[in-house]
Amino acid sequence: MSVLTRRQRADQLDDPDVANSLTREAWRRIRQNPLAIVGGTIIVFFVLIAVFAPMLAPFNPRSNAWFDQIRPTSIPGPSRDHWFGLDEGGRDELSRLIFGARASLMIGVLSLGIGAVAGAFFGLVAGAFGGWVDSLIMRLTDILLAVPSLLLALSVAAVIGQSQTAIVVAVAVPNIPLFARMLRSSMLGERQKDYVTSATSVGVRRRSLVMRHVVPNSLAPMLVQASLALSTAIIDAAALSFLGLGSADPGVPEWGRMLANTTRLLNVAPHLAIFPGVAILITALGFNLFGEAVREALDPKLRR
Amino acid sequence: MLQVRNLQVHFPIKKGLVFDRTVGAVRAVDGVDLTIPRSTTLGLVGESGCGKSTVGKAILRLVPLTAGTVTFDNLELSALQNEELRKARRHVQMIFQDPYASLNPRQNVESIITEPIRTHQLRTGAAVHQRVNELLDSVGLPRGAASRYPHEFSGGQRQRIGIARALAAEPDLIIADEPVSALDVSIQAQVINLLADLQEQLGLTYLLISHDLAVVRHISDTVAVMYLGAIVETAPAETLYTNPQHPYTLALLSAVPVPDPVVEDSRHRMVLQGDLPSPANPPSGCRFHTRCAYAQRRCEQERPVLRDLEPGHQVACHFAEEIAVSISATRGGDVVL
Amino acid sequence: MSEPLLVVDDLHVTFKIHGGRAVRAVDGVSFAVRAGETVGIVGESGSGKSVTALAILGLLPSRGVTTSGSILLNGQQLLGASEHDMQDVRGRRAAMVFQDPMTSLNPVLTIGRQLTETITRHLGVKRDAARDRAAELLDRVGIPEPRQRLKNYPHQLSGGMRQRVMIAIALASDPALIIADEPTTALDVTIQAQVLELLREVVRESNTALVMITHDLGVIAGICESVNVMYSGRIVESNERHHLFASPRHHYTRGLLASVPRLDGAQGRLVPIPGSPSDVIAWSEGCAFAPRCPAVSDACRGQAPELVSSPEGGTLRCVQPAPVGMPVWSGR
Repeated sequence: MSVLTRRQRADQLDDPDVANSLTREAWRRIRQNPLAIVGGTIIVFFVLIAVFAPMLAPFNPRSNAWFDQIRPTSIPGPSRDHWFGLDEGGRDELSRLIFGARASLMIGVLSLGIGAVAGAFFGLVAGAFGGWVDSLIMRLTDILLAVPSLLLALSVAAVIGQSQTAIVVAVAVPNIPLFARMLRSSMLGERQKDYVTSATSVGVRRRSLVMRHVVPNSLAPMLVQASLALSTAIIDAAALSFLGLGSADPGVPEWGRMLANTTRLLNVAPHLAIFPGVAILITALGFNLFGEAVREALDPKLRR
Repeated sequence: MLQVRNLQVHFPIKKGLVFDRTVGAVRAVDGVDLTIPRSTTLGLVGESGCGKSTVGKAILRLVPLTAGTVTFDNLELSALQNEELRKARRHVQMIFQDPYASLNPRQNVESIITEPIRTHQLRTGAAVHQRVNELLDSVGLPRGAASRYPHEFSGGQRQRIGIARALAAEPDLIIADEPVSALDVSIQAQVINLLADLQEQLGLTYLLISHDLAVVRHISDTVAVMYLGAIVETAPAETLYTNPQHPYTLALLSAVPVPDPVVEDSRHRMVLQGDLPSPANPPSGCRFHTRCAYAQRRCEQERPVLRDLEPGHQVACHFAEEIAVSISATRGGDVVL
Repeated sequence: MSEPLLVVDDLHVTFKIHGGRAVRAVDGVSFAVRAGETVGIVGESGSGKSVTALAILGLLPSRGVTTSGSILLNGQQLLGASEHDMQDVRGRRAAMVFQDPMTSLNPVLTIGRQLTETITRHLGVKRDAARDRAAELLDRVGIPEPRQRLKNYPHQLSGGMRQRVMIAIALASDPALIIADEPTTALDVTIQAQVLELLREVVRESNTALVMITHDLGVIAGICESVNVMYSGRIVESNERHHLFASPRHHYTRGLLASVPRLDGAQGRLVPIPGSPSDVIAWSEGCAFAPRCPAVSDACRGQAPELVSSPEGGTLRCVQPAPVGMPVWSGR
């Protein structure tokens, strides 16, 4: 019955304006999905904050001009001058959070982007060539999967030094095998389908078979995974900076480290744990909601 | 004219943790001969797993051949490699069963239909668009369909798009693999008639692969019945349906329901026992002997070859004549219904 | 004539789909089945035949679905009955056989386990007794070496065997009513013949009432005593099978018969029904089949034709039906 709504009647077929590609339909479904609207608003909000941080932040995030107000037993909470209070170094918490959005979003997006692109490349090669190339790549991804990501992060940090790059690499690398496997397996699934057999029997060249037929139809699960994994990447990045893997300069604001530095001050200044924690939570939620909307839009089973 | 000689397709069964070892083979197609004269239709019937679809794919070299030759006119398809094969495939096109899976969901109809034209440079410039309109007309779709995407069409319309795409390659032979079995009953006749009309207009040669014996009778000139990778009987359509000789053909025909209660009430049912044996481990001798009501010791030991009963009517059964006599003695003239 | 076992009266099922639109999947369907009788419902995709079956056994999702009318099984109202009551009905008095035996069997349990579970739940017997009964049932549906088969998992059986197991599970509680929804569509013809023979036997031996839902007119002709033809949620024609096939009067029934090739080659060129089953108009605007009907006239639009009993037997929903005694095929 649901088909009735989608299927066009023969007499409507002459109207070219109604033509709907799958991509366009997916867009339409995303735009109409309340999940996407809420998630998208959150994402846009934080991206704008990150981009316009210098204009939005009331103070310099590295300035410890208010250090004299810090006591071991009391750190000033939210006030009229400092909406989110001061941190343990006498810096403005709000300004640090605003600048922290830059680092956290950048690291999350960058690491996931690197992981997804590299993964997609390996998956594409494995799926397109098959045979021993496929076996080789898949065994390599098995090895990558077997390495704990924390250990990897620590070794990367040991090699290139403590920096944000270490976090990016550490979050990106475990994503490579995930995306490689995902693209490969959906390519293998698509290759079994009749339309690919049809293209072969029509005489389509191998390269165009892969690039025009197999790959475009295999990307949907990747996109879904990427949009859902973004929230995980941001949390992972925060977690690694919480563990002290981020920038060597303690003055650089990162949400994860802001959280880490204040754990021992929980009963003195709970606001210092709450604000970065909530920021991480809301950002992750935004990406998650949006990812869910992408999944709903692209999943053929949920399609109306 | 299509000629298939001793076609064999064995799929290896592999096992192994690191290195795959071949531990056996599924004998999907195990020695099939077919001849289809130009502008005629051969119906290849059989149940699922008998290898009929694999025969179709093997002719197009979509699966690797284990042995045998496939010759179309003077072109030996089974000997071609790479670029030659790619170009030769244009002459043989396929129509698929599932109209939902056989069209790329991200291509619009125009792109689906022009792909063979562009691939083989059959037309250039404005003539391409002209040709798309021609093809849409000939399969009975409105020209406005060109800018639309497959999911906007019903099953029957999609099947027409698939046919237009096949025709775009200007083939001589069309392999139709269950072209109507996924369609609603009322739509099947539209597609069957379309295929018949196109054959008449364009002089196409068809290999129709189907499990539906009624459809096959309706549009075939010759019919071949497959069981477990081999042809057990082949004859002109009229002969096969009115005078079947192989016990499997008999069972198959008597199992097909006829939409007529009078026929249904009066017909002899010959219900086969058991299931299809596995093609990985086919029975010795005649492959049908495990389910055949007339099987004798010789059937277990010696594999019957296709032999001529009369010109054009071949059967692979040691005892076809004896069985025919015993059936007509018990049932009178009408063997099937 | 005995009292009907199942009486479906003016059944409506409406699905609310995304965006607030409502689809009337079943739109006023009535029929009755007696013990030992087989009634067919034939139609294409979207005709509402499967939804009717699900509605009878209370298997429709509760969200977004509204039902009205009446479904009486042995005088008990099933429509609106509690889930608890329906579970009892489904186990003891009515059973369903689905099209795809692979998805309706649990892949991680042996068929013995699935059978004995049904038996212990509904008959309240001990495990050992249930096992004996399970083996008996497998034997009854024609599965060789039933005791060994009980240990098998569904994937170890062929499609035909799995459908037999499904029928065995349906028979486990000795139901008075079996609803079979396209039970042979996924099977090969020779296996289909086996399963149909089995269903005939069950009806004959246990005096079971069988509702056979299919798109295959051949299956209907061979197994059903009376036939209901459905189109777009409503019954358009119903009759005793010999009358229906010898003298179909609704143009949809006629169109269906004229469009299927016959094994005995008793027809020439096929006459397809134009358009597709989705080319319908709402019944409130006239006959839903009007856009595809070869005999359509102005009288067919504006208001839905009523389902009326014809003096020659059967019921018909058409303002200008084909005359009585005009077969689609002239015979062989």
